[in-house]
Amino acid sequence: MSVADIAPTVASLAAELTAISTRPWTLMEVCGGQTHAIVRWGLDQLLPPGMTLIHGPGCPVCVTPAATIDAALALAARPDVILCSYGDMLRVPGSGTAAIDGGDDLLGVRAAGGDVRLLTSPLQALALAREHPERQVVFLAVGFETTAPATALLARQALALGLSNLSLLMAHVRVVPAMEAILADPAVGVQGFLAAGHVCAVTGLAELEELVARRRVPVVVSGFAPLEIMAALVACVRRLEAGEAVVANAYGHVVRENGNPEARALLAEVFEPVDRPWRGFGTVAGGGLGLRPTYHQLDACRRFDLPDPAATPEPATACIAAAVLQGRATPADCPAFGTRCTPESPLGAPMVSSEGACAAWYRYRRR
Amino acid sequence: MTERIRLAHGGGGTLMQRLIDEEFRPLLNGTVHDGSVMDGSLQDDPAAGLHDAALLTLPPGRLAFTTDAYVVQPLEFPGGDIGRLAVVGTANDLAMAGARPLRLSLAMILEEGLELSLLRRLVASLAAAARECGVAIVTGDTKVVERGKGDGVFLTTSGIGVVETPEPIHPQRIQVGDGVLVSGDLGRHGVAIMAARHGLDLQPPLASDCAPLWPAVEALLAAGVEIHCLRDLTRGGLASALQELATAASLSVLLEEDAVPVAEPVARSCDLLGFDPLHLANEGRFVAVVPPDHLEAARKLLEPHGGALIGQVEAGPARVRLRTPYGSERLLLPPSGELLPRIC
Repeated sequence: MSVADIAPTVASLAAELTAISTRPWTLMEVCGGQTHAIVRWGLDQLLPPGMTLIHGPGCPVCVTPAATIDAALALAARPDVILCSYGDMLRVPGSGTAAIDGGDDLLGVRAAGGDVRLLTSPLQALALAREHPERQVVFLAVGFETTAPATALLARQALALGLSNLSLLMAHVRVVPAMEAILADPAVGVQGFLAAGHVCAVTGLAELEELVARRRVPVVVSGFAPLEIMAALVACVRRLEAGEAVVANAYGHVVRENGNPEARALLAEVFEPVDRPWRGFGTVAGGGLGLRPTYHQLDACRRFDLPDPAATPEPATACIAAAVLQGRATPADCPAFGTRCTPESPLGAPMVSSEGACAAWYRYRRR
Repeated sequence: MTERIRLAHGGGGTLMQRLIDEEFRPLLNGTVHDGSVMDGSLQDDPAAGLHDAALLTLPPGRLAFTTDAYVVQPLEFPGGDIGRLAVVGTANDLAMAGARPLRLSLAMILEEGLELSLLRRLVASLAAAARECGVAIVTGDTKVVERGKGDGVFLTTSGIGVVETPEPIHPQRIQVGDGVLVSGDLGRHGVAIMAARHGLDLQPPLASDCAPLWPAVEALLAAGVEIHCLRDLTRGGLASALQELATAASLSVLLEEDAVPVAEPVARSCDLLGFDPLHLANEGRFVAVVPPDHLEAARKLLEPHGGALIGQVEAGPARVRLRTPYGSERLLLPPSGELLPRIC
């Protein structure tokens, strides 16, 4: 369907949203992909007056703790290490306290001679490790449950092949514990969620059902296209107006009730939930994925005797990421937005990834 | 055994002379009046032979002069290679000044160890592109750097053309009410390079749009279309080009997003990688700013090649605004930093 075909439907969904809303509802879209689409297509301009969309913490790049980035920088600066990760991780600033040649992000360390590689699939790390037996390949493993199965596959194959020169710097995070943390904070007035469709495609709906049973808010699983987001907003407001705290699946052509059982089995085999600090959030109980004991030999922190980033407190910073990621402020509320903090020299991670709320605002809303 | 470039190939001695005489001269026949582009300069009168500088005899008119350096990985990609890029890119910069491209210089920095077979392919492609653009490569230079100190091949070309427009083409001629057209769909080159670089297996594969622009400009001029400004949409894509024009003209541009042509596979790849097609590089597309009473004629010429009228120039601050198909509005801002694919 072309955009021109979709536009009238989006308009009628916007009209429906206005017609059914009797109160100024506050919803949060959890996923950075949704945030990006909302800002890119100006969907928030189509909402009924008073309705608020809070941009959620659903950008795994943005919530990776500074201490983990510092660990990655230290590893990348070692001559015996090839440090690899996904593209947008290479720009994320660390704490600014690590004295490493090249500066505070992986691109800087690369410019100073560090061997930093950009991957599009974790399995490329396996190939690198086999091509360079004399060097240590470290994969900075980030992402929600969407990318975690691919990391799990990498771990399983590395173990099966007995590769002694491949390790993982673990920064995988889980979405639902963060939603729980947001609801537990009385300062955040989220009344309903659009859940991250691609995460649910892996995990299924069970965890969301439990969340809804505990916290009594409606959650609608949403896609990422304008039509899908608008339809999910309508579905969520309908539940709010009816006073129903339920999980609804508005992304049914992708998300099945039980998710992807094979991917879930793989995750369960390799990882276990751990408490993990989220940048700007503090420690989220069960908010990370750690390696199970069988896979500890692949843990980069153990192999290189690095302090556990999870045990390092977040540094003080001018960045108001915490408030932005919790929906207590918009990017434009930050005095550094667009001046001292830009995608070229980000002070905080939400300015780095194209899915970060600040980067999306900078890209489409800068004045 | 694989034949490779050695340091001596750039040393000015016999090895270099053999490379030029045996490898490149036959490939470059017809584009350089049967002379060497590799080291030395031709005269427009071939009988004059080689010397330290080329002496040019050009048609009358104002000259346009431009230069560009080319670094790209991989050196060969679907739809082109660095050789073709180096000729077409510089010729296109001339065309954007309303000039017919005529002469090119070529400087090559080769990395020790470069496979000779690859270099032959690049030079053959470069020669074919020169014939396609109607330019002669009249002077050149070759250097070889140690292995590890180059990226295979770096090329620099400079070009001279003769301006064929009655008025100079320049952003300051842009006026309120002018229409903004693009010459074809956007983002193909950027996606083709990204896919080749990151090993993305696009089905069907997407080819770069790398192509000469002068023929389209010449057709517009021949049809009597008055052109206020042209800009090729290379690095930074449509977003950067229009912001530069808006800034230079101190005027505002309003685009209709659904009028901007983007091919389905480009749009899909961009969704996947987190890129905006309007940020991606093109190597065979330009934007034309044309007064209202010439728009129809310009559209007729550009639309058969995938071009379109995408917006208009308005009074107001130097910004590019974009009206989405949903009736909302946003700014179209240039990309910032290196374009990196996102994680999920």
